[in-house]
Amino acid sequence: MEVLFYIAAAVTFLATLRVITHLHPVHALLYLVVALIALALIFYLLGAQFAAALEIIIYGGAIMVLFIFVVMLLGPLAVEQERAWLTPTAWVGPSILALILLGEVGYLIAVGDHTVSVVAETRQKGISIALYGPYIIGVELASMLLLPGLIGAYHLGRRLSREGR
Amino acid sequence: MIDWSHTALTIAVILGSCLTLAGMMIWLERRLLGVWQERYGPNRLGPGGCLQSLADMIKIFTKEDWIPPFADKAVFVITPAIVVITALMSFAVVPVAPDFVVADLNVGVLFFLAMSSLAAYSVIIGGWASNNKFAFLGSLRAIAQLLSYEVFMGLSLMGTVLLAGSFNLSDIVEAQRHQWFVIPQFFGFLCFFMAGLAEAHRTPFDMPEAEAELVAGYHSEYSGMKFGMFFVGEYLSILLLSAMTVILFFGGWHGPWLPPAVWFGLKMFGFIVLIILIRATWPRFRFDQLLTFGWKVVMPLALINLLLTGGVVLWKTGASELSMLP
Repeated sequence: MEVLFYIAAAVTFLATLRVITHLHPVHALLYLVVALIALALIFYLLGAQFAAALEIIIYGGAIMVLFIFVVMLLGPLAVEQERAWLTPTAWVGPSILALILLGEVGYLIAVGDHTVSVVAETRQKGISIALYGPYIIGVELASMLLLPGLIGAYHLGRRLSREGR
Repeated sequence: MIDWSHTALTIAVILGSCLTLAGMMIWLERRLLGVWQERYGPNRLGPGGCLQSLADMIKIFTKEDWIPPFADKAVFVITPAIVVITALMSFAVVPVAPDFVVADLNVGVLFFLAMSSLAAYSVIIGGWASNNKFAFLGSLRAIAQLLSYEVFMGLSLMGTVLLAGSFNLSDIVEAQRHQWFVIPQFFGFLCFFMAGLAEAHRTPFDMPEAEAELVAGYHSEYSGMKFGMFFVGEYLSILLLSAMTVILFFGGWHGPWLPPAVWFGLKMFGFIVLIILIRATWPRFRFDQLLTFGWKVVMPLALINLLLTGGVVLWKTGASELSMLP
């Protein structure tokens, strides 16, 4: 099982690297889809089947499709644009931030407490009870956040259809 | 300990029968369409013409496999495989009979939904990689259609999951020993079946490949075996849709006298014929009608169904279960 984890982790890492370095936006997004699927596999190996399935349904299936939908419309000029943007100086900021994280990981490894604690209850029932019990305010806030988005999209669509007539 | 030989045998049987059935369905569909349109259909090769798919396969393998110079080559080549792989992967969780399933996952329903949402990429990316206006229009339509109907598909299944109390497909079938879920979940079944047809982009929801408007939609540029993969993938998804409908709403392998796997096959065959009949009789919707219908009719229906089911389940189990809350 550990071998499977390392393979999935390597795939996630390489795919994510290509997401950042690939010049073609649609190809980069496809790599992101691969990274998400590999991440779902890691969740599955950790025993969180429910999270793995939701990772693919929501991120891999729905959100990435929307991303690709928008990026698909960019056309062939996007590669040139990306080449112009991806200059060596653009790497400085992210690199510094990543180095800080790397330092933290190194510290954690050095300190020694690196046993992965699998979440006690990762089954659907446990997650649901947690969400609708102690975390109910979070669920309500998220739904409130989604509602303005829904109304906004409805409003935009409505105005466009009236002008189109 | 996993019994490897049993698993390997199950995989071999399910893969083999899926691919054979998908091939046979191409013949069955053409023949049945012929019958319903008062003509013969393919009737020359083999008894009743049943070897027609074999001839088609030889033809399609020997055709020139052309990749357009303006296409995005790598993506163009990978795409047809996605639809076949995701459809075949979904069959891993399909319980044909008790203990006759490749992977009895606890999240079987979600695995099926995950695979069907990944299958959308084949259509979307295929149309984009072809770099052809008609193909691109097809894939734009596909995105709107598949994303919308994916939502209802998930929602319509939740009523069944509530009644069975499990995401495991074997448990869901077992829960239907005395009553098929199609009776308490009739609207759930309607929503699921419509969403399934839309996900498999079958008539009357086949706008992504509408021949009359878009040449052949997202697979306009595909030829040879790549087109064959799209074609087989479509039939595999019809097979999958019938299998899932039988499992979730029509009692799976349950039935008197005959062995379980036979019952499963017979029920599936019924749905396959129904889907072909729908193609033979129903004209295609207009695209805006499709989306309006989805969001304004199917979506509220699925939500109300879920709400009522939840209410009834809560009323029946009473407050004793609720005391588990921390």
